Amino acid sequence: MGKTFTEKILGRKVGKDVVPGEIIEVEPDVAMSHDNTAAISKIFYNIGVEKVYNPEMHVIILDHCTPAANEKFARNHKVIREFVKKQGIPNFYDIEVGICHQVMHEKGHVWPGALIVGSDSHTTSYGAFGAFSAGIGRSEMAVIMARGKIWLRVPETIQIWVEGEFPEGISSKDLMLKIAGEIGADGALYKAIEFCGPTIDRMSVASRFVLTNMAVEIGAKAGYMIPNAETLEYLQERVKTPFDVVQSDSDADFEAEYKFDVSDLEPMIAKPHTVDNVVPVSVVKGTKIDQVFFGSCTNARVEDFEVVTNILRGKRVYPEVRMLVFPASAEVYLEVLKRGWITDLAEAGCVIMNPGCGPCMGNHEGVPADGEVTLATSNRNFKGRLGNKESFVYLVSPMTAAVSALTGKIEDFRETR
Amino acid sequence: MKIKGKVWKYGNDINTDVLFPGKYTYTVTDSKEMAKIALEDLDPEFAKNVQKGDVIVGGTNFGCGSSREQAASCLLYAGVGAVIAKTFARIFFRNCINFGLPALTSAEAVDALKHGESIEIDTEKGEIRCKAGVFSFPPLPKEIVGIFDAGGLIPYTKKQLGLE
Ligand code: SF4
Repeated sequence: MGKTFTEKILGRKVGKDVVPGEIIEVEPDVAMSHDNTAAISKIFYNIGVEKVYNPEMHVIILDHCTPAANEKFARNHKVIREFVKKQGIPNFYDIEVGICHQVMHEKGHVWPGALIVGSDSHTTSYGAFGAFSAGIGRSEMAVIMARGKIWLRVPETIQIWVEGEFPEGISSKDLMLKIAGEIGADGALYKAIEFCGPTIDRMSVASRFVLTNMAVEIGAKAGYMIPNAETLEYLQERVKTPFDVVQSDSDADFEAEYKFDVSDLEPMIAKPHTVDNVVPVSVVKGTKIDQVFFGSCTNARVEDFEVVTNILRGKRVYPEVRMLVFPASAEVYLEVLKRGWITDLAEAGCVIMNPGCGPCMGNHEGVPADGEVTLATSNRNFKGRLGNKESFVYLVSPMTAAVSALTGKIEDFRETR
Repeated sequence: MKIKGKVWKYGNDINTDVLFPGKYTYTVTDSKEMAKIALEDLDPEFAKNVQKGDVIVGGTNFGCGSSREQAASCLLYAGVGAVIAKTFARIFFRNCINFGLPALTSAEAVDALKHGESIEIDTEKGEIRCKAGVFSFPPLPKEIVGIFDAGGLIPYTKKQLGLE
């Protein structure tokens, strides 16, 4: 019987055939950590090791609370900068570069067939480039620093087949919300997901990323896609490591298969306080909003800016709405700046913020007040996620975020054109 | 290991943001302080009243969301003896093992247990004893039971590297 991409990538790492359920010890190709590296370094030294096993393996990116919101965060960043220097970790990106999951592929740390771990749950993202990537805990990252290895259970794989043409204005975010709503927050628990089908093959790099990024929101250990031509072209300029694309065999054993047709997909929304609490936008349209958070590793890339800017250009954000804009990275920021879109957005009354996570996990830069509603292009709407448990977060596509910002209430964009 | 305490029962999809809010992940690092904010956004009564050996019971997908291991360690620091759920989110489950906090899977026990009742767990025997009877749970895979037995990943790694 054939093998899944997971069994191939993990099998190659241990030099033998592996089967789902098996527990193996592996040396990752890349290990990513962010602002939590301060805590990780403390655990690392506590183990009693002086030197990081392989400094080249680690990529450290500051993004979660940048610039530091107060002296505690500042101290945290300082510890990381000193650690990186002392250990000679070459791949360090300070606060000006962007969100970890975006920076990872922009800077060439992600390639097809790679085994990547990150001390962040959305590490599943890199499967959009054909890597096997999974989130791990801080202590596990400290142990990788100490001895270069981690145990993994070889997951079963499920397939999500997507076909059909997206109706105009509908995006991969609507699709991912639809999938989360149907499969449920635990629908892919412990599993690797392979997204496939003609719609996936046609998608842009940025759109594909949304799906693997949010794979963890339905419980997955990893999300994966066969890199398409656009993806390979994107990687070519950036990746220095030689690679080959790893694909599942056609007779591989998939635990489950789901099919989605996007031809008549509607704009979708995840209501508070779970990502699978999904309905079509039309069901909640008219709900008053106080803030729009356009940002995060899910939806703040150039194509998302194009959508939002085209809606807001020459108009004004509703006076009682605060619209916060966070480019996913400096690279994205510079590109949209060059295209004049930052000017358009600022003129429309948006608050232009620095590349980084912003309020995504409730640290700073837009924490809502009690009772307030935030419409977010991010990936998680748990109670308290934006830093206030008395507030409400709805997850939407950039399109829905932009049209709603203009009227101060949740809008179905198909009715506003 | 024997655990004895009272049950704190919650629902499905208990996520890491309600177990340990994201806004504290870089600022609250002291174990006593962490214990005080355990479950803050889910049940403000919990941290005030939890006793050593108490057991948290949840439904499916317990610990979903972030990779933050404080979601597991804050429970340990608060005195929690074990977590029982129908299913666990993957990273949370790993974090529990890595901190030596028993994360036990038993759908039957979850259905039978009531908030506030007394419970006893024997991890060696794989038994949960409560008012409704005795329930069993599957043992940890042999490859990782060593981590748990050593008291967690860090003591285990120290041993492996001869640094104990
Ligand atoms: S943008 Fe949000 S989801 Fe993405 S890495 Fe930052 S905090 Fe996590």
